[in-house]
Amino acid sequence: MRQPGKEKLIHKFAYRGTHILLDINSGTVFEIDAVADAVLDHYGRRSKAEIIAYYKNRYAAGELAAAWEEIADLERQGLLFTADALAGTYNPAGEPTVKALCLHVAHDCNLRCRYCFADAGEYMGKREIMPLSVAKAAVDFVLASSRERKFIEIDFFGGEPLLNMDVVKATVDYARTKARGCGKEFRFTLTTNGVLLTEAVRNYLKDNGISVVLSLDGRPEVNDRMRVFPGGQGSYATILPNIRAMVQLLNNEGYYVRGTYTRWNTDFASDVVHLVDLGFKHISVEPVVAEAAAPYALTPELLPVLAQEYERLADIYLERFEAGDPFDFFHFNINSESGPCLPKRLTGCGAGHEYLAVTPAGDLYPCHQFVGRAEYRIGSVFTGIERPELAQVFRQAHIYNKPQCRECWARFYCSGGCHANAAAFGGSLLAPYELACALQKKRIECALYIDVRKRAAAGDK
Amino acid sequence: MKKHIRLVSSQGLQKNIVNRGCGECQASCQSACKTSCTVSNQVCQKQ
Repeated sequence: MRQPGKEKLIHKFAYRGTHILLDINSGTVFEIDAVADAVLDHYGRRSKAEIIAYYKNRYAAGELAAAWEEIADLERQGLLFTADALAGTYNPAGEPTVKALCLHVAHDCNLRCRYCFADAGEYMGKREIMPLSVAKAAVDFVLASSRERKFIEIDFFGGEPLLNMDVVKATVDYARTKARGCGKEFRFTLTTNGVLLTEAVRNYLKDNGISVVLSLDGRPEVNDRMRVFPGGQGSYATILPNIRAMVQLLNNEGYYVRGTYTRWNTDFASDVVHLVDLGFKHISVEPVVAEAAAPYALTPELLPVLAQEYERLADIYLERFEAGDPFDFFHFNINSESGPCLPKRLTGCGAGHEYLAVTPAGDLYPCHQFVGRAEYRIGSVFTGIERPELAQVFRQAHIYNKPQCRECWARFYCSGGCHANAAAFGGSLLAPYELACALQKKRIECALYIDVRKRAAAGDK
Repeated sequence: MKKHIRLVSSQGLQKNIVNRGCGECQASCQSACKTSCTVSNQVCQKQ
């Protein structure tokens, strides 16, 4: 008897001869062989006898029957075809709790990166530096809005935050002093292009335990095509010594070197290799987000090339891992045994209700990518959330309310994707950006493949 | 030992909701991405 639906509870794929099966709702990962893979194509929709008959010219009946029995056994044990714990509905409980801020301490920049989503740091506004009064009000706001949360995050962002270093320092001091009085703890990150990363700044960041995100795209010619000074000259030669010195000072921990790839470097695995060969261990290289009309934009016809490139990167990642010289690639960091809990996966990035961006004038936006779009202004650090209904819209923009996500196998990994991309490309928070989805799914498959191979290697030892 | 299927790892995500969701872990966009939301690579504060 045909029972439709089981195929929607699993996802399987094969790469380099490794067949991987994911039980979507439990996150359980299996390695299967080609026979089990073939049986699963029909399991639940055709009887055991029908499946054996269907494959009689490809596999021995005994093998097919054994694979079928193993699948049925796992199903009986509740390990396969797990039902959705929330049956497709989710209503976040309690009041929104803001516990992370992206503090735009400078709407100004000393570079003119050609793909900058922030309009060369100006965010469709004017060049502006955040006064300390605004930064202090932001700290007060997040302390009050974080309710019972102990850990509060502030990312110093821009533009280029090092253009306003005095305010960064004063904000860190102010926040830590205030936090001590109320049993909370601030964790700081700073995202910089590296131009002003002087020895004094490097020492300050290390001494104060501030994690850094260091922008560098990879090979010199790749970086210098996009990351340029106002006069048009490339930044690689200026920033690399600073970034290397920073990483060395940090003993190669507590940072990410973060690059962006565009259609000019669809062979971006070579950029990752370049960064690894420079000595960096923590690397994130991400797809550019740009309108299709931009000359450097990633467009759908590139997807097969980009997918192949992620596979190449996965191979390189494993080669280095197996050679005892591993590196960490941000999007491959999936641990199939100990990832975040289900509520976190349903919350997603938290933009608009847990995570907000603050402009130099103190205006609040759902995240850094919405800054400058008046219809998304959600409040101010001086007056708090003025549009709680907008916060609720973001809170409700979760996987169960997005038609494309509801049945997507990757929903508990990406959590519905980036809201800003959805709004920009799909015209709605509930319409995920399809190109980003395709890349995301490929990255997750590569990450799961890596996880399976690493666990197998650990088991062999 | 299964012949055709090998369990690699299990995190019991579907059971992972009661008494969870403390909200103390890092907001995903604060870590490195800033343009591409990936949540499953975040680290649980309790682990």
